[in-house]
Amino acid sequence: MTSRAIGWRTGSLERAHPLTASARSITFTVSSWPGNDAGQHVDVRLTAPDGYQAVRSYSIASTGAGEEIELAIDRLPDGEVSPFLVDDLELGDTVELRGPLGGWFVWRPEQTQPVQLIAGGSGVVPLIAMTRAHASAGSSVPMQLLYSLRTPDDAFFRDELSQPSATARTTWHYTRAVPSGWSRSAGRLTAEDLKRETLPPEHVPLTYICGRTGFVETVSRALISLGHVPDNIRTERFGGT
Amino acid sequence: MAVFGGHRRDDNPALPPGQYLTESFPVLSSGPTPSIDMEDWEFFIHTEAGQTHRWTWDQFIALPSQDISVDIHCVTSWSKLGTGWRGVSLDTLFAEVETGFDFVMAHSYGGYTTNLPLGELLNGRAWIAYEYDGDELDAEHGGPARLLVPHLYFWKSAKWVRGLVMQSEDNPGFWEENGYNLHGDPWREERYA
Repeated sequence: MTSRAIGWRTGSLERAHPLTASARSITFTVSSWPGNDAGQHVDVRLTAPDGYQAVRSYSIASTGAGEEIELAIDRLPDGEVSPFLVDDLELGDTVELRGPLGGWFVWRPEQTQPVQLIAGGSGVVPLIAMTRAHASAGSSVPMQLLYSLRTPDDAFFRDELSQPSATARTTWHYTRAVPSGWSRSAGRLTAEDLKRETLPPEHVPLTYICGRTGFVETVSRALISLGHVPDNIRTERFGGT
Repeated sequence: MAVFGGHRRDDNPALPPGQYLTESFPVLSSGPTPSIDMEDWEFFIHTEAGQTHRWTWDQFIALPSQDISVDIHCVTSWSKLGTGWRGVSLDTLFAEVETGFDFVMAHSYGGYTTNLPLGELLNGRAWIAYEYDGDELDAEHGGPARLLVPHLYFWKSAKWVRGLVMQSEDNPGFWEENGYNLHGDPWREERYA
């Protein structure tokens, strides 16, 4: 019962801009792309001249209909695919894309439950898709983002997230270095921080957490200790342990 | 035009199509890691006759166990070769179970489910594993015990497994309802629905 309903499509690099010293936003035009829900991901396949192929899965930063999709890729020091996508890929170059994939770590505009998003580092990518879907749908459901970063320079999409018109408020947290004048010192997110900066259990939010494994484990455990029920916590993890 | 070089060239016959080798052990779960009180832990098999076979933790780890060395393949494209586990064969657990149904729904603490054909759990092809690499299985990786079905993509190897319910048809589990393949054979690249 081989099933390969989702096939590979060709994507041509349409736009690119740096997000941080190690990350880049890359937007592809993909003909007959069916559109995607906020939070879905896509497989990217690269082929070397000798036929060797490498496939990696990336969250999609964009959302909705249309033939463009935006990815936001962080360069892994020892990576095989991410350095090529961040440093080498040029406008007009093509890659193969398969997707959209995943039907669980997604937010759809018809959802009515309040939403708390919690991002660790580049884990913000599927979550910014959710804030974008929230804004473009004109949703009146409360949505807010807590974004944990090593340093202020590591922020993806800071301008967009900080815009007064943003429909989802972003709270920033820094683990290694803080901006000057910042009231809290740098440090890992604690249960106290989460209690202060996220929607309380009484609001029964649906919480989406995305980040490295250790971050997701720590944050989800703390939320449960604060009284959130596990069924209202969705997670997406990356990296080994 | 940028030319992709790539540097892995994992020309390893143990690697299914579209997979790459990893030395780390990535974690993929749809929700928080459940906290399980060992006093309450159980493993069960429930049949269509309404019969439930149950094991407490002490009963379970007293069963004959095996050292298992297998390759594991995640649908997100990483594979890890020669992983070492200790666990109880499903052949042992099914020894006293009578069922006419051909399919199984695995249920986990935390609510995860995944569907499997019974035939693929028997004959030395699946285990309930409780040690990894000589140590007790970390909660992040599915401890205290997880299903281990290495010949299928690893989402089938349900973490925090609690029991198996026999079913007459191959009804989909959690990921299978969310876009993933009903069967999940890595050698046939049965990734998505």
